[in-house]
Amino acid sequence: MNQHLVVVGGGMVAQRLVEALRDRDTAGTWRITVLAEEPRRPYDRVALTSYFSGRDADDLALGDPELWSDPLVTLVRDDAVTHLDRDAKTVTTAHGRTEHYDHLVLATGSSAWVPPIEGTDLPGVFVYRTVDDVAELRGYVEKLSEDRVVKGAVLGGGLLGLEAAGALQAMGARTTVLQVGTHLMSTQVDLGGGEALRRLINQLGVGVRLNAMTTKIRAHRRGGVGRLDLADGGRVDADVVVIAAGIRPRDELGRASGLAIGERGGVVVDDTCLTSDPDVSAVGEVACIQGATIGLVAPGYAMAEIAADRLLGGTSSFPGADTATKLKLSGVDVASFGDAFGQTPGALEIVWADPVGGVYKKLVMSDDARTLLGGVLVGDASAYSSLRPMLGRELPGDPAAFLLPEGGGAGAPELELPDDAAVCSCNNVSAGTIRGAVTEHGCTDLGAVKACTKAGTSCGSCLPLVKKLVTTELTAQGIEVSTALCEHFALSRAQLYDAVRVSGVSSFTQVIERFGTRAEGRGCDICRPTVASILATTSPAHVLEGERATLQDTNDHVMANLQKDGSYSVVPRIAGGEVTPEGLIAIGEVAKDFGLYTKITGGQRIDMFGARIDQLPLIWQRLVDAGFESGHAYGKSLRTVKSCVGSTWCRFGVQDSVALAVMLELRYRGLRSPHKIKLGVSGCARECAEARGKDVGVIATDKGWNVYVGGNGGFTPRHAQLLAEDLDTETLVRTIDRFLLYYVRTADRLQRTAPWIDDVEGGLDGVRAVVLEDSLGIAADLDEQMAQHVVEYEDEWRATLEDPEKLRRFASFVNAPDTPDPSLAYVPERGQSRPATADERGDARPTPHHEPVLVAGARLEVRS
Amino acid sequence: MTALETLVWTTVCRIDDLAPERGAAALLGADQVALFRLLDGRVLAVQQHDPFSDAYVISRGIVGSRKVDDVEVPTVASPMYKQVFDLTTGRCLDVAGKTPARDLPTDLRTWPVRVRDGIVEVGS
Repeated sequence: MNQHLVVVGGGMVAQRLVEALRDRDTAGTWRITVLAEEPRRPYDRVALTSYFSGRDADDLALGDPELWSDPLVTLVRDDAVTHLDRDAKTVTTAHGRTEHYDHLVLATGSSAWVPPIEGTDLPGVFVYRTVDDVAELRGYVEKLSEDRVVKGAVLGGGLLGLEAAGALQAMGARTTVLQVGTHLMSTQVDLGGGEALRRLINQLGVGVRLNAMTTKIRAHRRGGVGRLDLADGGRVDADVVVIAAGIRPRDELGRASGLAIGERGGVVVDDTCLTSDPDVSAVGEVACIQGATIGLVAPGYAMAEIAADRLLGGTSSFPGADTATKLKLSGVDVASFGDAFGQTPGALEIVWADPVGGVYKKLVMSDDARTLLGGVLVGDASAYSSLRPMLGRELPGDPAAFLLPEGGGAGAPELELPDDAAVCSCNNVSAGTIRGAVTEHGCTDLGAVKACTKAGTSCGSCLPLVKKLVTTELTAQGIEVSTALCEHFALSRAQLYDAVRVSGVSSFTQVIERFGTRAEGRGCDICRPTVASILATTSPAHVLEGERATLQDTNDHVMANLQKDGSYSVVPRIAGGEVTPEGLIAIGEVAKDFGLYTKITGGQRIDMFGARIDQLPLIWQRLVDAGFESGHAYGKSLRTVKSCVGSTWCRFGVQDSVALAVMLELRYRGLRSPHKIKLGVSGCARECAEARGKDVGVIATDKGWNVYVGGNGGFTPRHAQLLAEDLDTETLVRTIDRFLLYYVRTADRLQRTAPWIDDVEGGLDGVRAVVLEDSLGIAADLDEQMAQHVVEYEDEWRATLEDPEKLRRFASFVNAPDTPDPSLAYVPERGQSRPATADERGDARPTPHHEPVLVAGARLEVRS
Repeated sequence: MTALETLVWTTVCRIDDLAPERGAAALLGADQVALFRLLDGRVLAVQQHDPFSDAYVISRGIVGSRKVDDVEVPTVASPMYKQVFDLTTGRCLDVAGKTPARDLPTDLRTWPVRVRDGIVEVGS
């Protein structure tokens, strides 16, 4: 009989505890019941702000959802624990459920602290703690925004307050942050850093009032909140107020049951996370460990790991909190770690400040200026991920070098992290573990290392460092991490794209002569199609034009998809999946007349299989005559724009998704790209077009369109992430134009949008900055390039049919153009034909070194 | 050189029928042959049958070059699974992690080719 662990609370730390225990308790000695107050599974509360606009809490899902299907794990949601009886070892919930425990873990977290001032109960006053808080806040602001510019105020200028201010600002509210103290983020950042931070926050359009103590929140005569009164006699008008004045541990159960409670709240635990009752532990924000409660997730995770370890008889204990923090607010870079205030006796502070650029950086060093004790980085926190793991260690060279902007001075020396240095503090992954993933577990890229070690899977701030470690280790292993395209080009695809675009060269011969590794090289199956793809957008021309034809894969060369027996399949474009009955009949007749196997594709169109190369022009003449054009199913290019039926017919649709899908498909058709591109458009939030599984997904809202990017199916399915919301159609199209061309210009060969977004400078935020804010100053150029694409598009099949020179490429045999390939053989199956298997062909297939035998036999049908 | 004299030369096509750096299939009796015209005017012939996919597709591969023992040799990559072959010898330079179908040899058979008065002839 296994023992029963009851976990009170269903937050991030509870999730980690269950995950860690189930991971290690292979014998199943514990069954676990998690009693959660919120109506949903544990979610990523840290990411509330970055995802505040996501309509769906699933976006914030943590870890592997399979955890909750584990037979040893029971998750009870929407039921708060109201009573703890330590003598009977039971807990009772609001819904009357009683659970007996062998061991109890309190993981109740904390709640927002609401200062005792008048008016905090008015409509329009919010806290910022749960998905529901954020959803309500959002709904309130949206409603007010219908007839005016909303004025927002945030009480509290700490980490959470600034994130809330960023969220309000993003919802279109004019926002002011009211900070009681002398500077922003006063727990993490010193006065100098706080001042730099204030300037950055101001640049976002958010007002900051320091030394601003709110004494009263007054109602507006319309109802709801209207104004704040300050202690200095000042007033601030506000239609919505967010209180982010601090958090208080949810230690009620501990207090009521007589557990030891810390001076400033929290259930007191020892370094093994045990409370004053050996059958009760506490982890996360509710725990008062080493004399303090800690409102950060990383120490909470550490406690969860310790509790799990101890439950299984382990001996781990709390090493002290890693209180490093990084603000997650777009456009504001702030990080603080270690002894940020220089409180260690004899500590030296090295400061570099650039008030004009809004940069303030400080390192706290030991008295001999060698050992890194802490730091504050404001305005440019790029050094954070490499410096933080060096805490308590000697920095090589002059510490000041780490503070200077890139390109200034000699630059910082390369840091060689010791194996035990923590790289990912959310998941407690050391540099050694990451190196081991490469050396012992055979991981060869960032994605594999993330999956293997969990590094960088929570907040993601360590990803640049993880990537660097992986690259270094791969190089040391002799594994080629060169970005060179192939033996003919030392450049990466993105570099080659720029070189070709800027130089204006327009043929492969010119490209390889100017940018290749050797003049006599003639390329290969890697660089030739890559150059063809690059030239297709830098100097557009028909795929079979002159030398271009020699660069194409067979698919692009004959504009059809090669199948396993050497025949091809044909896919005419059916934009948005909309097709007339006449169109369907025409396709059906073509398929019937040429004996083609037909199948509906995943992209809402029809694929016809088994066409011989010499039949392709005949098939396409019929299709073009019937009004069809190439569907580019063969190209690394736009494939389809899938749509649901939309508001025209659907009872629930809010926008005409089909019309938009058709428009987008016709706009981007033929656009050559590093890999295939798929789009989807859904007419309402029900998302029947599965648009979030596409490279670009558009979902209708009451006010316009939300656009998501970076989704795909396939081997590594990915959901697209929100890029922008409530766009009108014109802005939407411009946004997608720029997104696609930025991808076309900078992605690697065969890199789809999801891994590209992971890799590209700044990640999704970087893409957003380039696409929406023109941070690279290339938007006009991208717009013009797309306009050119749209104007110059021609159906490549129609153009081919009009040119006898191009049609000669489709001969079966150069000396017998009317003889079909005799090797093709088909058998009937479910009313259609399919390629004969090797067995069905028997020994009929000629092999070059043996006497050829012609295909024949009673069961075989050879098409002519 | 006496062996060459026993070859039967079959006229296949005009040199202009072949696009530079792009293959074309030809029938040589019952054999399917893939012909490749290079930039320098040479024409090379290998078997059209791809031993790895067991399909007749080699002429549709991408032509390129590769440094082999410090010599730049012309190559073709199978359009099916991307094995790379030396067009001059038929030797498979890169099996791309696969083995041939039905225990077939990995290398391609080659045929001698000559171009006389703009006419391409294959010897067999």
